[in-house]
Amino acid sequence: MSSIWASYFTQNTLRVAPNTPTDTIDISNLNRQFLFRESDVGKPKAEVAAAFVEKRVKGVKITPYVGKIQDKDEDYYMQFKIIVCGLDSIEARRWINSTLAGMVDADDPESLKPLIDGGTEGFKGQSRVILPTLTSCIECQLDMHAPRAAVPLCTIATIPRQPQHCIEWAHQIAWQEKWKDEPFDSDNMEHISWIYGAALERSKQFSIPGVTFQMAQGVVKNIIPAIASTNAIIAASATSEAFKIATSCNPYLESYMMYAGEEGVYTYTFNAEQKPDCPVCGNLARKIEVDPETSLESFIESLGERAEAQLKKPSLRTEEKTLYQRFPPQLEEQTRCNLPLKLRELVSDGQEIAISDPAFAIDFRYKLVFK
Amino acid sequence: MADTLPSAFAGPSSKERKYDRQLRLWAASGQEALEKSHVLLVNSDDSMISGVVGVEALKNLVLPGIGGFTIVDSATVTEPDLGVNFFLDESSLGKSRAGETCRLLRELNPDVAGSFRIEPISELLRDPSFLPQYKLVIISGPTSRSSLDAVCQSTRELGIPVIYTHSVGFYSMFSLRLPSEFPIVETHPDPESTQDLRLLNPWPELKAAGSRLGNLEALDDHHHGHVPYILLLLHYLEKWQEEHDGNYPGNYKDKIAFRDMVRSGTRTNNPEGGEENFDEAVAAVLKSINPWSLRGNVREIFEMEHCKKPRSSSENFWIIASALATFYKKHGVLPLPGSLPDMKAQSADYIALQNIYKVKAREDVDEVLRIVQATETDLRRISKSVTKKEVELFCKNASHVKVIRGRDIPRISKDFPGTLKTIRNNLNSPESAMSIFVAFQALDIIEDDILNGRKSEQSIDDDNTWDTTVDTLIATIAGGDTTFTDDNGREAIIKAAQELRRTKGGELHNISSLTGGMVAQEALKVLTKQYVPLNNTCVFDGIGSRSEMFCL
Repeated sequence: MSSIWASYFTQNTLRVAPNTPTDTIDISNLNRQFLFRESDVGKPKAEVAAAFVEKRVKGVKITPYVGKIQDKDEDYYMQFKIIVCGLDSIEARRWINSTLAGMVDADDPESLKPLIDGGTEGFKGQSRVILPTLTSCIECQLDMHAPRAAVPLCTIATIPRQPQHCIEWAHQIAWQEKWKDEPFDSDNMEHISWIYGAALERSKQFSIPGVTFQMAQGVVKNIIPAIASTNAIIAASATSEAFKIATSCNPYLESYMMYAGEEGVYTYTFNAEQKPDCPVCGNLARKIEVDPETSLESFIESLGERAEAQLKKPSLRTEEKTLYQRFPPQLEEQTRCNLPLKLRELVSDGQEIAISDPAFAIDFRYKLVFK
Repeated sequence: MADTLPSAFAGPSSKERKYDRQLRLWAASGQEALEKSHVLLVNSDDSMISGVVGVEALKNLVLPGIGGFTIVDSATVTEPDLGVNFFLDESSLGKSRAGETCRLLRELNPDVAGSFRIEPISELLRDPSFLPQYKLVIISGPTSRSSLDAVCQSTRELGIPVIYTHSVGFYSMFSLRLPSEFPIVETHPDPESTQDLRLLNPWPELKAAGSRLGNLEALDDHHHGHVPYILLLLHYLEKWQEEHDGNYPGNYKDKIAFRDMVRSGTRTNNPEGGEENFDEAVAAVLKSINPWSLRGNVREIFEMEHCKKPRSSSENFWIIASALATFYKKHGVLPLPGSLPDMKAQSADYIALQNIYKVKAREDVDEVLRIVQATETDLRRISKSVTKKEVELFCKNASHVKVIRGRDIPRISKDFPGTLKTIRNNLNSPESAMSIFVAFQALDIIEDDILNGRKSEQSIDDDNTWDTTVDTLIATIAGGDTTFTDDNGREAIIKAAQELRRTKGGELHNISSLTGGMVAQEALKVLTKQYVPLNNTCVFDGIGSRSEMFCL
């Protein structure tokens, strides 16, 4: 979707550098991308989008950047007035959100960069405006975008019931058994075909109907349905908010617009709450309920799925000691012995811990409350 | 395990790959319907900065691959057009706007046929073969009332849906007129709401599966922890009945007691301190232990004339709906959808239970099909005979099928007292976007006068013209209702009008693009006959970043 911003902004002669993902144009982008043509398949999205808009709209200059947003530093983001995001993951959103919050300098109004975020899924979408540190941010709203519950590994390994379980088995277990060190590539048709074949065979063993190639692809690539019309609605909504902020012609969105088009046309606009225990813009540690009998290892595993955390590679420490540290390997080895220990053996009820994750620049503070 | 692929497997076609992200929403059947659809856009017939919203809507229909489109627009491209319309470039200046937007829209998708006409729509309508080519007509303002009326009149006779849209400044609106009855089978409800487990009225095979559990206590821990929760609930329901004179837990208090009964069966002397299948059963009690009832949307369909008295010329929908009504009369329930949620269970046990649901669903389909066939024989209906696939789809969605009664493109007129009442009610609420709708109605009247030469172009931003027009509209809206005074909405309408006047009736690209997205979503729902279209008017307020639906 980020490519769409470029065209909207230029219609209104605002200068931007579209910060699009690193990836290249796939044939499946063409059903919703009006800046890409069949002959562009395989080229970098940012470059094609920039070139197309420059050609269509006279006098506009767009600087494409092909790369990860995480590879740019604060100086890079400091040069823009407004940051508009059309990112494809929560993780990337959290990264830009915490980075912009970290840039805010109370003595320099220019350091506050409004963040406008948009996202879509099928006929639904949302757009939101964030003034880093001043209003509710992406981290405050994290629990509104809970990840889908993962299927337990024992179901996948031993008692599959759904076609998706067979696909997960092929993806998470069978591939590595068969191909050892060859990494699985979800963009490689041969790889997906193999997964499909293996899943199909397993589904026959268990008499489970319904495995299709389309489903196999959807599961392993975590495909989210997307159409041009929803992207137009959300992209244009975000653009409108950017104009309002840039020109002060109208009050900007405070702070969240939810859109749903499956049944009629429904929007819900509300002011999302800024949370005092937000790890990014709040100053209190966020409460997290835990079972004191749980092992540190299963608590760490659960952090990936808990709506309020969603941390995939966490390292944890209390004020006094390191509970578990992933990197470097020596520290990992030293702290590994804590993994089987129960939480009550490591921390006290209500104790604060800091969690870091390589995906984010900041530490997350949590207060462990025993159930 | 397969080392290579089965040789017969060819993978998805290039078309399936291109449309993958949307096929997951409306499947091959929806795509086929789209590809058979040609859409007509009657673009704003005037020279002000306009004609964007319709083109933006078409963009969102060309990309997913409708069969084709035609743009009717007599305007010539001028410099201001380039500032708002992405489907024009420098080389378009001085050329036909219809031709240029058509050219650049066609570039988006080689699978889509595009054409354009520069004659006025009134002239094109004289050819009786013109309109029947289209499955949907989109008409964008500003347009003369006579053009709008002519299009609405002709499409009504042909049963072609129409969308009228107008986008000005930070505001926009659109109305959808569907045919007088618009049936939808695949409404795509939230999967949670489609669960139909029949726990309180199990058919013999399901009841037997519950009874077969026998003594739960005798099961070893592994089996005990893997009994599908549906069977657990059936088991405990039987127990409950024995203790309660054959009654099921009826009220909330009963259900809580029943839930405690289920919970008490959980074995906790294990490392997990509980059992997942029992947790699932406990969690399902309040939602699943409810008597089956017919939903209002289906009851309404059963009461419709088409359903009570299907004719040989009736659409297949009504033949099946009527068979469904017969089925319901006999059994007191609709056909079983046959789907089962995932639950903690051993593979074989789950599949066995799933089969009990599937077999019953298949039997129900067969029964409905027999009724359908008998009806068709009675009606001597040969040409359009209903297929088993149609019946299957209908039965699977039976509780959620819907018929929308199309409503005309709304107008403030004493001929539509129902519409006026809705407008009055909404104007009374200061939060409502209704004032924007009324301001658009005033704009339509003023623009109609300008297009017909009754007023000068300056009147688009003339205080007197607006005051008189708004006052006339308010008088009509008030009708005979003495409780409605003009201070209920006049100020809000005048305020909304400021935004329309500020841009002199011209469009902003971003608002038109957003509105074009919404209009296209409605078009997709109408053309695929999937999901639930708007009924019938939506106002978007780009200042407040919100929208509102009205049934006018």
